[in-house]
Amino acid sequence: MSTAPSVPALPASAPTGALIEARDIIKSFGETPALRGASVSVAQGEIVAVMGPSGSGKSTLLHCLAGIFKPDHGQVWFDGRRVDELGEAERTRLRRTAFGFIFQFGQLVPELTAADNIALPLLLGKVGRRDAYRQADAWLQRLGMDELGDHRTGELSGGEAQRVALARALTIRPRVLFADEPTGSLDSLMGERVMDLLVDLAREEGATVVLVTHDARVAAYADREVMVRDGRVTMQPAAAAVPR
Amino acid sequence: MSILGLLEREPSHGYELKRDYDAYIGLGRNLPFGQVYATLARLARDGKVLAGEVEPGSGPDRKRYAITDLGRRDVQSWLAQPIEPEPHLQTVLFAKVVIALMLDRSASGYLEVQRAAHLQRMRELTDLKRTGSQVDALLADHGLFHLEADLRWIDVTEARLQALKEMVSR
Repeated sequence: MSTAPSVPALPASAPTGALIEARDIIKSFGETPALRGASVSVAQGEIVAVMGPSGSGKSTLLHCLAGIFKPDHGQVWFDGRRVDELGEAERTRLRRTAFGFIFQFGQLVPELTAADNIALPLLLGKVGRRDAYRQADAWLQRLGMDELGDHRTGELSGGEAQRVALARALTIRPRVLFADEPTGSLDSLMGERVMDLLVDLAREEGATVVLVTHDARVAAYADREVMVRDGRVTMQPAAAAVPR
Repeated sequence: MSILGLLEREPSHGYELKRDYDAYIGLGRNLPFGQVYATLARLARDGKVLAGEVEPGSGPDRKRYAITDLGRRDVQSWLAQPIEPEPHLQTVLFAKVVIALMLDRSASGYLEVQRAAHLQRMRELTDLKRTGSQVDALLADHGLFHLEADLRWIDVTEARLQALKEMVSR
């Protein structure tokens, strides 16, 4: 049972205007509260940076939005559907068909080649082998990495691996790309290159992006940012009124 | 010194120096022609450049200027010297936080607004970097790193507000 504080019951009506939305999410791990009533909404096609200090709950918020964690309380909506009410199998299906993921590291299978890794989500989605590899090759070409298609990802540099991870995340043409510190293990210039690609490809593919980062230079690639502090999303004041 | 540095590449007319300064160094803060010619006259007086003969043709700018050995030594020594690091010890940012705490106003509210303004400017500079030239990227990076430093200061200051308040509100 959760030790989270109780909050008033929420209306059951679907939120409007947002592609993905969290409403008053509470999530604890054992006795430790990670989210204490976090709300955020992201419109179709938006790139939103979720910022905050270590331990603020920003990654937990991403995991709840993506249906990886089930919140203890509150609602998660995606495209007019309650994600938090779905069963495990349905949430897994949603993640495989509508969401793409890129993390700091660890999402690639190091023993498989770059092409294998990119084709994998398609193969899991029952796309034929030939078609899956044809699409993987097209992605490698788009990334300027066609010569690395048959290299094992365990042998790639950090920047190359993240570019493969990006292709793998986008290969199913997800509605939402969830990125959790995608440049965290890269140096500044390589991080920039990955962010340039992430933004360009997401825009080309029409994907909405939820980008968790503690790095303001990475957050500056987003259309706007939200701050998570102590498990809550604090509203960002408008910056337009700043006198010059 | 930038004018002298540009002249070390090759002898140039004033308008060529202005054009290159505006394109590669000024980046939005263009150099007035008057300042170019005043600088060249001063450099000529000090023996750092030589003005060529007046060339035939019309217009005010018919002299080509060339750097001298003395000028070259100046450029070399300028490039070898670090500039004074500017610690910005007493910024308006700092003053606003201290005054807000003294007056019992919301220092954290101010810091939030400032953070949003900083991030907005960082978005603009990131956009410039993504769409501009390599020179634009170099300039944008300089701004981005400074703004990032300010943001880190804002974070740390936010965490220290309570202790700061106790100190300044005696």
